[in-house]
Formats: sequence, structure tokens, C-alpha cells
Amino acid sequence: MSRRPPVGVLAMAGVAIGVLGLPLVGLLQRTPWSSLGATLGEAATLEALRVSAVVSLAAAAVSVMLGLPLAWVLARLPFRGRALVRAVVLLPMVLPPVVGGIALFFALGRRGLIGRALQNGFGVDTLIGTTAGAVIAAAFVAMPFFVITAEAGLRQLDPRLESAAATLGAGRWTVLRRITLPLLAPSLAAGATLSWARALGEFGATITFAGNHPGRTRTLPLAIAQANEAGQPEAAIAMSVLLIAVSLVVLVGLRHRWLAPRRRWPEPSQEIPSP
Amino acid sequence: MSIHAEIQATVGGFAIRAAFDAPAGTCTAVVGPNGAGKTTLIHALAGLVALERGKIVLAGQVVDDPARRRRVPPERRPIALHSQHNLLFPHLSVADNVAFGPRCSGLAARAARRRAEEWLEKVGLAEAAGLRPAQLSGGQAQRAGLARAAACQPEVLLLDESLAALDAETRTDVRHLLADLSATRVLITHDPVEARLLADQLLVMETGEIVQAGAPEEVAANPRTPWTAGLLGVNLLSGRAAGTEVALDCGLALTTATPMTGPVLVAFSPAAVTLSTAEPHTSARNTWEAEVGRVQPEGDRVKVFLGPPAPCRVWVTPQAVGELGLEAGSRCWASLKATELTVRQA
Repeated sequence: MSRRPPVGVLAMAGVAIGVLGLPLVGLLQRTPWSSLGATLGEAATLEALRVSAVVSLAAAAVSVMLGLPLAWVLARLPFRGRALVRAVVLLPMVLPPVVGGIALFFALGRRGLIGRALQNGFGVDTLIGTTAGAVIAAAFVAMPFFVITAEAGLRQLDPRLESAAATLGAGRWTVLRRITLPLLAPSLAAGATLSWARALGEFGATITFAGNHPGRTRTLPLAIAQANEAGQPEAAIAMSVLLIAVSLVVLVGLRHRWLAPRRRWPEPSQEIPSP
Repeated sequence: MSIHAEIQATVGGFAIRAAFDAPAGTCTAVVGPNGAGKTTLIHALAGLVALERGKIVLAGQVVDDPARRRRVPPERRPIALHSQHNLLFPHLSVADNVAFGPRCSGLAARAARRRAEEWLEKVGLAEAAGLRPAQLSGGQAQRAGLARAAACQPEVLLLDESLAALDAETRTDVRHLLADLSATRVLITHDPVEARLLADQLLVMETGEIVQAGAPEEVAANPRTPWTAGLLGVNLLSGRAAGTEVALDCGLALTTATPMTGPVLVAFSPAAVTLSTAEPHTSARNTWEAEVGRVQPEGDRVKVFLGPPAPCRVWVTPQAVGELGLEAGSRCWASLKATELTVRQA
């Protein structure tokens, strides 16, 4: 049965596409395509690109390493106050990043809660103005994206499969390596990519906590804002186009696994006769 | 490997208490209504359910003893379990599923693969080796799950309704396969034929307890609850005996060949009853007129449920149904020889 889709729905959907897509068109029609290569090849741009790559990948790695155990605890361990812990963990997703930056400053800054201990105990002068600080700021906003995706994956995983493996002689490590992680792989890949993409676009927490220092904390978004304010719209536009291109490539790559999940296994190619 | 089990465990607020022994190499069938605790019993043996009290000894090795804080985890017990849900690993091929246990026991990849192929051959799934579990039918998945457990070559094999999804022919093949295994087997089943053919020992569980245990023939001849009698196909009626006369609780009086007194259970096979349209004049000591309830074909025979005065099941041939005009609501006469009745003290 096929019916003509209602006109009202089509119209609203069209408006939605316009709201989301028009800014992109606006940017692209102002892009100085002929000088794009030269602008992107400038030393300052390349430096920001390098800082962005390092900071976003490191933040994604931190998110996976710390986020996976956290997701496991949230999915598998019943404990009092789990709802509260989950709310705190997901808070950075809804918080304005600048608030996160200020919070990080009072926790890890020179006079902060832990900052003083870091200075006295470990000789860490300060995280502010360092790449490590930028990584922490990015991981702060990016990790919830990994945790929420990994937790959902863990909840979908049938724990009886892990028990079945144990009754066949598999110890904890073997179960993790051969059953849990392979079954979780699609969720982990999606979560890692999402958190990496969030870290790549991070601005507010980074500039508030880690500052805007070329070569150390000035990532592409910070460099774009800097160029825009300094009256260099061409440079800002060029770097924006670069970010958009990278993001689109990632989203299209994720399409199969996450945006429109497909059947994971092929259809049976043959009938198996009974003995 | 012998089993000695004294099990007290609670799962989801439901408690089971069960104790039994099984000599090495024997097959123990566990039967009982749904929710009787059969799966919990098997999971306790496997180590998936912790004992609250009691003890499990496999071939002299204590694997569970809460009083001494001893508990061997499932992967270090000499067991393999086949669940009724199969629980095949969806990301592995059928062959890799079956090779999983042998790999865990330290077998090299190639040897494990060969063992997997042997077992798939035995259960008739050789051609499915390269498929994913999602591509198998219900019966094929069950055979694959069974092969996966058996390929571990465990000393104790735990089977939770491992034949339920198989068609009649495959079922016979797999039953022969199970009968030939050297492992000590504990098998949950709903099929009385399966239980009687496979089991050296039958455990009947109801509401978390073993209500009867013994050799299958013994349990069939002497069922202690209506459920057991129904499962094994035997009619079971309770009453009060005075000599060879038994006044059944349902109102009918029966003549038996065994004098008894007091409360008794009368058992007779559904095949022992003869049906006729008119009042029969035969040597049978017991005749009564009854209303026909359900008429239900079962394979090459028909099971007829008789209503009051003595509710029971009777097997007749399909021809007899036509000749006697048996249908729900019709009336007929039943006759039953006194020598066909088994009377036990209740």
C-alpha cells in the first residue's frame, strides 16, 4: 500500500532541512575556493590542525579507557545512587561548555581543589596553558558520549551468553576477549567516534580552562574564533570548511553502524538438509 | 564421574531443595511441571547459581560447599551445559561455536576445529559449519548447541531440554547419540518417552523439591502425584480400599485383584480400558457408563478423555472412534479388568 505523503509533513521537513542546511550553504558560497589551499597551508593553520588532532584523539582515548569501566559499572552493578551517578556523568552533555571550563579551573587550577595537591605532591606546576589541560577539557565534554553509547551496548548484550561461555570452560579474561568485547565492538566504535567528534569541536571548556596558546591549546575551533575576531574572515572560513569536511567524512562513515543500522549477518545462502 | 548433590538455593525469591546421587556414567532425567525448579537445579550443578546451604561433590571433588566457603567457578568444573535457549555466540560461525569449548580446554586451533567438525557431523550439521547461528532453524540451533556442549567432552554433561525443538526422526538419532556418551548426564525433559528410554534414574520435581526418585519403570508403575501419573501416561485415581473393593473419591467403586485397606492410589494404563456402546457382558470386573470429554488424536492412536464418574484417559484406534461414534458429549461404556489395576497405599 502506498499513499501520498501528507503535504504538511513534507513542508515542515523541508523547513527543517533549510534551518540545518542553509548556514552551510551560506558558508560555502562565501568560501574563497581559489585561495583555500594557500590559506590552509599557512603555518598557524597547520599548527592548529596538529593541536586539534592531538587533543581530540587523546581525549577520545581517555574517554574509552576510563569510560568503558564506568559504563560497565553503570550497566552491570546495581548500587544505591546509581541514578545520581549517571546524572553527574551525563551532565557535561547538557552543561554550557564554558561552565565546565570554569568548574575545571576551580578543581584543577593552581589554587583549585586538586591543583594544589598536584603541585605539592607531583610537582605539576599547572595544567592551565598546557596541551594536557586541553585534553582534560575536551575529555570532560566528550566522555559522556562514549559512556552513554557503551552502556547502551552493554545493556543490550545478553549476560547469559557470558554465562554460557563460562560453562564451556572460559575464564573471565577469555569471556571478555572472545565474547563481551567482540559483541560490544559496534557500540564501542560508535561511542569512540562520537566522543572524538565532540572533542574535535570543543571550544568553550578549552578556552576557559586551558586558554588560547598557539601550538599548545589553540585547536582549530579556537583558531577560527581568533581569526574571525582579528578580521581575517577568509582564514576563518577556510578552517571552518576543513572542520565541516572532516565531520562529514566521519558521519558518512558511521552511517552503517550507527545512523541506520543494517542487518549484521547476511541472509542464509542455502538450506541445510536435516540428517 | 559420580555426582553427589545436596542443593539449597534461591533464585528470584524461588527456593529449591533437592538432594540426589548419580553414579558415574549414568543418565539422570529430571521431570516436573514448568516452574518446578529444574533449571535452577542444573544451574547449581554448573555453578551459575550459588548454594545457600548444602554441598556438591563431583567424583569426590567438592565443587560447592558454602559452609566451608568453597566454590569452584563454572569454568573450572568438569561440566558442560546445554541451555534450552541454546545461547550460541552470534558473532562466531557454527563451527567456531562448537570449537569454543575445546579451545578453552587448551586444544590448538586446528585440533579444536577438527573436533568441532566431528561433532557437527554426528548431529547432522556438517554442512552448516560455516553459517552464523542466526541462519539456523530452531532444530538446527538446538543440535549445534548440543554439539557445542558435547565437544567439551565433559565428565558431567548438563542438558536442559536439549531435544525439545527436534522433529521426531532427528530426535531419535540424537537420543541414540546421547545414550552412547560416557559422560555422567543430567537431563531435563518434558518427554516421558525420552525420560524412560534415556534415564537410569528419574527425578520428579514439583515446587522446588524432588517429590519422587527412582528407576523410570519404578516411577511409572508407582507414580506418587497426579502430575507424574499424567506425564508417564498412567491414570491415577485416589480412593479408600476395603479388601478388593476400592471406593474412589470420585464416587465410582472398583474391584481390584490386590486386597488393601485404607487410602490407596489406583493406577491403570490408558490402554487397559475397553470402550463399547452398550453395557458389556465380559469377564472384566469393572464396567461403568461415562460421558466422553475431549477426543484427541496422538500419532497412530486416539486419546479419549472420559468424564465422571471416573475421569481418566483411554487409548483407542482411530477406527474405534468411528465405529463407536465417540465425540465430545456422547456416552459410552468402559470396562477394565481387575488385574490391570495397580493399587498402592497412598
